[in-house]
Amino acid sequence: MVVDTVLWSRLVTGLTLSFHVIFATIGVAIPLMVSIAEFVGIRKKDNHYTLMAKRWTRGFVISVAVGVVTGTAIALQLALVWPNFMQLAGNVIALPLFMEVFAFFFEAIFLGIYLYTWDRFRNPYLHWLLTVPVVLGAAMSAFFITSVNGFMNQPEGFIFEGGHFSAVHPLQAMFNEATPSKVFHVLTSAYMTGAALLAAVAAFSMLKKGVTEYAKKGLKLMMTVLLVFSFLTALAGDVSAKFLAEHQPEKLAAAEWHFETEKGADLIFLGWLTAEREIVGALHIPNALSFLAFSDFNAEVTGLDEFPVDEQPPLLVHYLFDAMVGVGFALLAMSAIFFLLLFWKKRNELNRWMLRAIVCGAPLAFLGVELGWFYAEVGRQPWMIRGYMRVEEAATTSPSIVYLFFVFLLLYILLGTMCVIVLRRLFRDNPAEVEFEKAAKTKADALQAQEQKAGDEA
Amino acid sequence: MSYEILGISVLWIFLYGYLIVASIDFGAGFFAFYARITGKDHLINRLISRYLSPVWEITNVFFVFFFVGLIGFFPDAAHYYGSALLVPGSIAIILLAIRGSFYAFENYGSKKNIVFLFLYGATGLLIPASLSVALVLSEGGFIVENNGVVTLQYFELFTSPLAWSIVALAVTSVLFISASFLAFYASRAEDQPALNLMRGYALFWSTPTIIAAFTAVLYLSQHNNRHFQNMMDLWWLLGLSVVFFLIVLWLLYKGRRYGWAFICLMLQFLTAFFAYGIGHYPYILDPYITIQGGATQEAMGIALVVVFIAGLLLLIPSLALVFRLFLFDADYVKGKK
Repeated sequence: MVVDTVLWSRLVTGLTLSFHVIFATIGVAIPLMVSIAEFVGIRKKDNHYTLMAKRWTRGFVISVAVGVVTGTAIALQLALVWPNFMQLAGNVIALPLFMEVFAFFFEAIFLGIYLYTWDRFRNPYLHWLLTVPVVLGAAMSAFFITSVNGFMNQPEGFIFEGGHFSAVHPLQAMFNEATPSKVFHVLTSAYMTGAALLAAVAAFSMLKKGVTEYAKKGLKLMMTVLLVFSFLTALAGDVSAKFLAEHQPEKLAAAEWHFETEKGADLIFLGWLTAEREIVGALHIPNALSFLAFSDFNAEVTGLDEFPVDEQPPLLVHYLFDAMVGVGFALLAMSAIFFLLLFWKKRNELNRWMLRAIVCGAPLAFLGVELGWFYAEVGRQPWMIRGYMRVEEAATTSPSIVYLFFVFLLLYILLGTMCVIVLRRLFRDNPAEVEFEKAAKTKADALQAQEQKAGDEA
Repeated sequence: MSYEILGISVLWIFLYGYLIVASIDFGAGFFAFYARITGKDHLINRLISRYLSPVWEITNVFFVFFFVGLIGFFPDAAHYYGSALLVPGSIAIILLAIRGSFYAFENYGSKKNIVFLFLYGATGLLIPASLSVALVLSEGGFIVENNGVVTLQYFELFTSPLAWSIVALAVTSVLFISASFLAFYASRAEDQPALNLMRGYALFWSTPTIIAAFTAVLYLSQHNNRHFQNMMDLWWLLGLSVVFFLIVLWLLYKGRRYGWAFICLMLQFLTAFFAYGIGHYPYILDPYITIQGGATQEAMGIALVVVFIAGLLLLIPSLALVFRLFLFDADYVKGKK
């Protein structure tokens, strides 16, 4: 049997990244939410928010563990599965990879301190300050690693001669033209997803156990964050599309099934292709693609036919693109409707249908993140480093890669299942209200004991 | 000093750092499990989890740091080690994944579970064994390149006495380092029963560690005489290492000054580790990658060094804060905070 090692290498990496991105997104987003909740709690002197921050962190640690180990896995796999890629590109992208580890180090240190110092500082703002390096560290990690991906899409900062990169400019490679729009999109969509997740948790508990003060506060806070970041995500998506139109037109053309270069290009939504590449059953929005790409309804958009057949991305990416955009707008609409209901006094924003929609928002947001990455990565095919190294030149030649795919699949199923079980156990038997009462009681007892002591001394 | 020498020195220091912190962590996992089966877990488990909970993630980063740094400074290493280590490397990833996540599940989840603890303990010994294979490979003779295709000679590897003696050294050192550290930590916590137990473990594991070290050097002389001769030229470093070892043993035996005992133990490993590392010069992988030939472009090398220094300026105060809060805060160690 001849094993297609390239295909299996792609599958192994795709599998690890698809699994990791769930936890990476949580890892980037939740610290910000925790930070916001703790800050609001201290500001308003409202213990509900403090409890919220505590409970979110407790769940967060479990998912961080999975994020850390899958992140380690992908760091190693980069060299194990793509040894030739690292040998060639290592000269140019080592800097952001190295800095990513520093950011991660920083985050890990302060997360550890944050977790174990809840009651150690007299001034509550001191403990809150510990969230700042965690949030920054997480965002910096995302920035550095996204800049590596940006380089693979838009390689810059070197001279290519004799099959090697020379005259390397590490900073130019890191701040390549793809980096700003990518980072913007990655960060906003991660924060959006984190907010959608926590809003869904609050909505779910309301559906199950009725409306409580704690859940209501959590929901409103997270819906606010969701509204802001789903709007920013849409904006970032627009910036990314404009970047693609200018620098990677084949990716945008594949996503839009835009075959012939023309002025005033239509935006095509859904539909399917016949064997002759004719589009059937799609929704055409006249001139919208030109507007999306260049802010001008009559601009010329490069078609896919301009590129050699063996450098065209697969046309399947059209569906990934449409679904991603659909998810983004659905979340934006959902959070907007929530606030319309909230301010429209006659309506109850906590009706069952709204809550159900919010619960669905979380898996939808994660789906959006996955689809977006699938689009970004599959849309770059057949290149590993666009224009310089094809995927088949980069992969390992070891046939063992087939078995490793199944071993890793098994590992991720195990980790995913365990993570869900442990998280359920952590929260199911320990509702927020009970914990709130308990915390209040301990505090009251402590105060009483203190007064007693003061009384005795007097 | 040229940037590639600086680079490898930095990496070697980090690998040493990982060796110490990871050994504490790996060994603690094994002792936690061993204490559970022998019914002594009530003595040490709280101690172990109190130290490990805030730092387990940091330990993991040390490893990624070394690894990413190595490939950053020496991209050729990715080609050779990456190709050859696909299977053993993936096994190490899986073990690390199981260990890291199950530690969190066990400690931050709500129910204590013996299966989690077993996996945590067992992987604590398997990971150092699997990682030490990379050191064995660097001696040469196990990786062969034909027409650009790199393959690992499994048969030579599994029948090599050098490989097995290095694995034995890795496992015994892990247990020795970890037991000594936990004895020190127990003495800080003024936890007499835990201290007695850990001191016993430390004394017990000192002997196999030193035997394994001598065996490894012996087999190294047969396998890679150049490396062995280079190390013998550094006889004074190795001699210092033995002296520090004897001090550790004496302090542990007398049962006092556990802090000094642990510092001497760190120096013992530092001197031996650097004698080994300097002796390895100029090869990263004998005979394919040398430090000069495999280094990255100068611009990148300098950028990495700059970032490294900036990173250290950030890291050292942060790590100092961790130590102050969790290691040298007597109240925390004793469990009062």
